[in-house]
Amino acid sequence: MKALVWHGKEDIRCDQVSDPEIEHPRDAIIKVTSCAICGSDLHLFHNFIPAMLPGDIMGHEMMGEVVEVGSGVNGNLKKGDRIVVPFTIFCGECDQCKAGHYSVCQRSNRNKDLADKVFGHTTAGLFGYSHLTGGYPGGQAEYLRVPFADTTHIKVPDGLTDEQVLFLGDIFPTGWQAAKQCDIQDTDTVAIWGCGPVGQMAIRSAMLLGAKQVIAIDYLPERLSMAEACGATTINFKEESVVERLNDLTHGVGPDKCIDATGMESHVSFSQPDTIYDRAKQMMMMENDRPHVLREMIYVCRPAGVISIPGVYSGLIDKFPMGIAMNKGLTFKMGQTDVNRWTDDLVRRIADGEIDPSFVITHTAKLEDGPEMYNVFRDKRDSCIKVVLKP
Amino acid sequence: MKLLNQLTRNPSDPKIIKSGTSSAGPADSLTRGLAWFGICLGAVELIAPRRISRALGVDSPGARMLIRAFGVREIAAGVLTLSTEKKIGLWARVGGDALDIAALTSALNTYNPQRKTVGAALVAVLGVTALDLLAAGQVTARSARKQPARNYSDRSGFPNGTGRTRFGSVQSPAREMQMGVPGSQRRH
Repeated sequence: MKALVWHGKEDIRCDQVSDPEIEHPRDAIIKVTSCAICGSDLHLFHNFIPAMLPGDIMGHEMMGEVVEVGSGVNGNLKKGDRIVVPFTIFCGECDQCKAGHYSVCQRSNRNKDLADKVFGHTTAGLFGYSHLTGGYPGGQAEYLRVPFADTTHIKVPDGLTDEQVLFLGDIFPTGWQAAKQCDIQDTDTVAIWGCGPVGQMAIRSAMLLGAKQVIAIDYLPERLSMAEACGATTINFKEESVVERLNDLTHGVGPDKCIDATGMESHVSFSQPDTIYDRAKQMMMMENDRPHVLREMIYVCRPAGVISIPGVYSGLIDKFPMGIAMNKGLTFKMGQTDVNRWTDDLVRRIADGEIDPSFVITHTAKLEDGPEMYNVFRDKRDSCIKVVLKP
Repeated sequence: MKLLNQLTRNPSDPKIIKSGTSSAGPADSLTRGLAWFGICLGAVELIAPRRISRALGVDSPGARMLIRAFGVREIAAGVLTLSTEKKIGLWARVGGDALDIAALTSALNTYNPQRKTVGAALVAVLGVTALDLLAAGQVTARSARKQPARNYSDRSGFPNGTGRTRFGSVQSPAREMQMGVPGSQRRH
């Protein structure tokens, strides 16, 4: 089969690889019909996530048709079923899964010993996201083995297109969880840093959950226009001070809830000297992540507010203003997404026409064109916001 | 690396049969080569400034200090060029090349017994400068935004209209006008 394979920093290739096989009775194989390049794939592309190895298949946002099931799937799936695959693999049986914390499933990471040492305790296995999270082959491929397939899937109701449901596997529930973590009230102003795909989903999720005002922060005009399309107020951080504008928009009190949909690769700008400091330290391998957005959120957030972090961070950060956070009594909520905790509700909302996540797709291409689409997405060429690949 | 791959993968995980075209193009390969060349040259300049200054016929404490400083500059630009900020790194290299050319030109005088070596070094630096300019131009052109940004203001994502989904009921036209999004006319 064909698959997009990681060969090193900024080196993705569409390789011919052997087909996946059923390894365990709870496995299933799907024929991938649609997959997407996620913003967090760029962290792998840039080699910022440790424990990637040449030969790893990329992709953690995919869907398809079941073509083979193991004997232990117990009728939960059958050949021909159309499913979206959540990027977090979960067993459904451990204590964390029973509590709905699927992203920290205690059994699905097949490199648990390594994860225990690095994280203290293991987190869930993820598709195509380094050997620290199991080293599972990803879904930017023609076929995918789904471990724990009897639980790790979202069935697609009849009548919905791939484009409407594909993002149930990652960015939609990720944006949704980011907003849910904020415990949004109808008097709240929610500020969202980063208007990439997860940011766009978080903006709409905050609106669906009833925020009074949603403010979206970015610098790319195409992203800001997409944020404005649903009624968000926008701030272009290259044209105005984020802190001053946020205080203006909230009558000086600051946003009640702040969402970091940017993560470890904050934009580097001469107007924000700390971003240059972080970039230099990251380059010298003295810091993993660039936490400019975290600093800004902590500074501007209203006291007793909530900081929600769906953006991916990989390791150590520097100059973290813990004193400000502590004195302001801020609540931090973060984590990989417990995808299936939210998807029943989200599927219903899509089916009811409340939201159609396909709005975010700006580019569709063949899987073979994937390596070049990584470049297009990285360089934000042609106003690219979200790429869907068709194997 | 092969052993590590075997240790961390299940035997039945897909394996590469035939490799395809890389996302890294010729400009990336050239960039990487120039970065490593700069780092190696910088290391030599830091470690052996006396040998370089003697070869160029300009041996003095000041010249050795300058060569060491150039070595630090080469390494810094090389590291920057290897990073995701390769455009800045390459243009920093071009700036460094200009300094190298200026320094070598000043050493290219009739009183210098090593002027032939200086001339050869100057030719080499001019060659590297051409490669730096080529790579910097290609990387800059690749990441340049050639077309104006697209306007996605018709993509609300709310098929039923923004007002309806946000507040759980259809809003008054005044409210929708205030929000500037007459939902029923929007593409989703």
